Amino acid sequence: MSEQIAVSVNGRPVTVAAGSSVAVAIMAAVASCRTSVSGQPRGPLCGMGICFECRAQIDGAAHQRSCQIACKAGMEIKTDG
Amino acid sequence: MVSTRKQFDVLIVGGGPAGIAAAAAAAQSGKRVGIVDDNAAVGGQIWRGDTAQSDSEAASWLAKLHGWDVELCAGMRVFDQPTEGVLRAESTDRACELEYTKLILATGARERFLPFPGWTLQNVLGAGALQALVKSGLPISGKRVVLGGTGPLLLAVAAYLKNHGARVVGIYEQASRASLATFGLKLVGQKGKLGQAFSLRKELSGIPLITSAWPVAAKGDGAVRSVVMSRGGSHEEIACDYLACGFHLVPNTELASLIGCHLQNGFVHVDQFQGTSRPNVFCAGELTSIGGVELSLVEGQIAGLSAIGAKDSARDLFGARRKMRSFAEALDRAFALRPELKHLAPAETIVCRCEDVTYGQLTQHRSWRAAKLHTRCGMGPCQGRICGPATQFLLGWTLDSVRPPIFPVALQNLVEAHEQKEHTLVM
Repeated sequence: MSEQIAVSVNGRPVTVAAGSSVAVAIMAAVASCRTSVSGQPRGPLCGMGICFECRAQIDGAAHQRSCQIACKAGMEIKTDG
Repeated sequence: MVSTRKQFDVLIVGGGPAGIAAAAAAAQSGKRVGIVDDNAAVGGQIWRGDTAQSDSEAASWLAKLHGWDVELCAGMRVFDQPTEGVLRAESTDRACELEYTKLILATGARERFLPFPGWTLQNVLGAGALQALVKSGLPISGKRVVLGGTGPLLLAVAAYLKNHGARVVGIYEQASRASLATFGLKLVGQKGKLGQAFSLRKELSGIPLITSAWPVAAKGDGAVRSVVMSRGGSHEEIACDYLACGFHLVPNTELASLIGCHLQNGFVHVDQFQGTSRPNVFCAGELTSIGGVELSLVEGQIAGLSAIGAKDSARDLFGARRKMRSFAEALDRAFALRPELKHLAPAETIVCRCEDVTYGQLTQHRSWRAAKLHTRCGMGPCQGRICGPATQFLLGWTLDSVRPPIFPVALQNLVEAHEQKEHTLVM
């Protein structure tokens, strides 16, 4: 899995190994996935699409479980954190 | 959004070991079989990513499906059963109605999380979760990882992470050395398991396994930098990049409950043919008891064979299942949660992460329902999947009945499905 693909996280270019999940791309950008009700930065907790801490906007679609979605070249990922 | 409708003789929800084994058994009848799973590829948690590797156990099981009438519906999440014999599911680009004659539920388990100060920091996550992320491309080589909580999953994940270059600093297991030793003795009766245990020991050599230990606090600013563990009556602070902390597994019973399957001790109750209390609905794998891959494979096969009416072939597997169930029972006993864990969370610790409800806020109420109504605990997108098991352990609460949708679903997928039947408004 040495092929690299380029996506953007909050406008910043990020490169990840092909097949990486969007959650991994967000973590690579050292961004949090979301900000909680009381203002805490949050990242993935369960890794399996249940906790929703990893939710982010992917190519315009909001509330996507980023841990379950594979990166595609050119994807635009936006977090609220 | 496009809506589609599919029909199956045997529909299996969950594409992990139990689901794949059920499909392999049922497909031999020539009937139309479907597996629906919400991940991008089948395999569930323990076989995540394995189905693509030709020499894996997962791939060899998947190979049994070739040439039969089996459809894999990956990336699809079931959220409702509007009428008997029909499930409703959604994926990113469409909603789907799945008709079935026989249904096999194999929705597996998730990790149990117990709150403690700092557990909401980034890079504090489950043990299975960290493994899943590494399988999904997270670089772990050279990173310091501390594992905490309880269960054989911690050992399996530690070995996996070490094999991928992580610096696994230690495994802090809340069970006592005596409990683990008894569990180790039980492994002697299980041939395959003993081999696994020994190879794990070799893989884990050099990684300290500290028993009777549990997390006191995770510390950091935004992301975790260190964790304080209680061990032997004193505290130890360990620097880490990731804290992988999970307290064993709880079954994903939401769909089974929605359908009306009878539960016992939180698990789906099944008869000897893996049949539930609902006609034409079977259940296999971690949903019936937490027992690992081998038990899931046997239960899956029995369920698949039962679903196609092959009772004699199903009976042939009862002996193997009985053996593996005793392993499951040993697991339960060895990794039971100790009472000290009920005091991990001081009042200001967040318990419900979706709505940021603290432990202090929750203890003012007498039931899950009352807490939900007053604090919104359990009303967030996880629908109580994370905070529910925690409050069950900490406060003895039993959760409300389940109502659809059992996962958050896009409104257009609710509306479209209804518009196909009648022109009534969705409330």
